[in-house]
Amino acid sequence: MCRECGCLTHVQGLDPDHATNPDHLRDHGHSHGHEHDHEHGHDHGHDHGHDHGHDHVHSHDRGPLRTSSIGAVSPAHRHLSLESRVLAKNDALAEANRRWLAERQIRAINLISSPGAGKTLLLEQTLERLQGRVNCAIIVGDVATDNDARRLRGKGAPVHQIETRNSCHLAAGQVGELLAHAAPVGTRLLIIENVGNLVCPAAFDLGETMKVALLSVTEGEDKPVKYPTLFHQTPVVVITKIDLVPHLDWDMALCRQNLRQVRPNVTLLEVSARSGLGMEAWIDFLENWVA
Amino acid sequence: MHELSLATALVEQLQEIMAREGVQELVSVTVAMGVLSGVEREALEFCFPLVVEATPLKGAILKIVETPLCFRCPRCQREWQAEKVDFAPCGGCGSAPEIIDGRDLVIRSLEVT
Ligand SMILES: [Zn+2]
Repeated sequence: MCRECGCLTHVQGLDPDHATNPDHLRDHGHSHGHEHDHEHGHDHGHDHGHDHGHDHVHSHDRGPLRTSSIGAVSPAHRHLSLESRVLAKNDALAEANRRWLAERQIRAINLISSPGAGKTLLLEQTLERLQGRVNCAIIVGDVATDNDARRLRGKGAPVHQIETRNSCHLAAGQVGELLAHAAPVGTRLLIIENVGNLVCPAAFDLGETMKVALLSVTEGEDKPVKYPTLFHQTPVVVITKIDLVPHLDWDMALCRQNLRQVRPNVTLLEVSARSGLGMEAWIDFLENWVA
Repeated sequence: MHELSLATALVEQLQEIMAREGVQELVSVTVAMGVLSGVEREALEFCFPLVVEATPLKGAILKIVETPLCFRCPRCQREWQAEKVDFAPCGGCGSAPEIIDGRDLVIRSLEVT
């Protein structure tokens, strides 16, 4: 369940009478007790982790199927085996975005964090400091309001908002529709501020060049191991609000250790957008990264 | 709650596969869920019947098999499984391992009539 945004409510609203018990599914009357274990030993050798778009179907008629208790099911039943990612369509759209960006030498960051990790303040300060140094563009994913987008305007970079409404993540198609407007000719760095949430955005490739996670020192040092799906995918993690460290029990060494457990070669940057501490290192990092 | 989006994507893709393969009725679909896929099993099981309700797939059963996290050492080719993500060095040669399976949510098979 989406712990960060708690948006299960939208779903429950769809059909309040429907059984929430997962057993409901299995009790549906069919119980063919066969299991099959196809070993598809595909290689995920590349860092990116997705085998995009293979979708070949092998149909094999198996004749009467054996089941443990009911006996043979109808011989008309057959099995189609395939190996296709559920998000294959999103993956394909993300690849199209990635190609579009690469053709224009634009590098894109998909910025992901919990709500309240200081994403918008960091972006405000980042845009101010990059003004005149790197041509930036911003896409903001926000559930309902345009507060974040308004805060980011007037700092030299075009800002576009995607209103995600009930959804707690951005999808590749939404970004793709906006790219040509959002990242005009000459853009070098596109920052996509994803919806505040550590779970859902981690599942949807947007076609970014890399994902960056923010983790504020007001959150636990164990966040990386609690949300490994995200932190495993982020080569760069920015620790925010470090001006608050003197008032907290924040253990930087433990946080670093937890991050390395899920992403051994992670680059860590420690910043305070409020005090400016560490900001120059972050800005230098971005400037070098797009150079 | 991206499981609703996942269930929707799954059902759309199932309908495409069925149209392409000339399938009349889907009895069940088996999906392999990596432990690092970030998918909450109960949430997906909850959403699937809601999504199929208004489609010709109504009544189809979702079967989920969990795929363990598999590491491989790129140097000595040793492979091992793990409960959680931990890039501890390879026990054989001390190299940094890579994940080879357990990240994806994949349609494995369809039982059809
Ligand atoms: Zn080894």
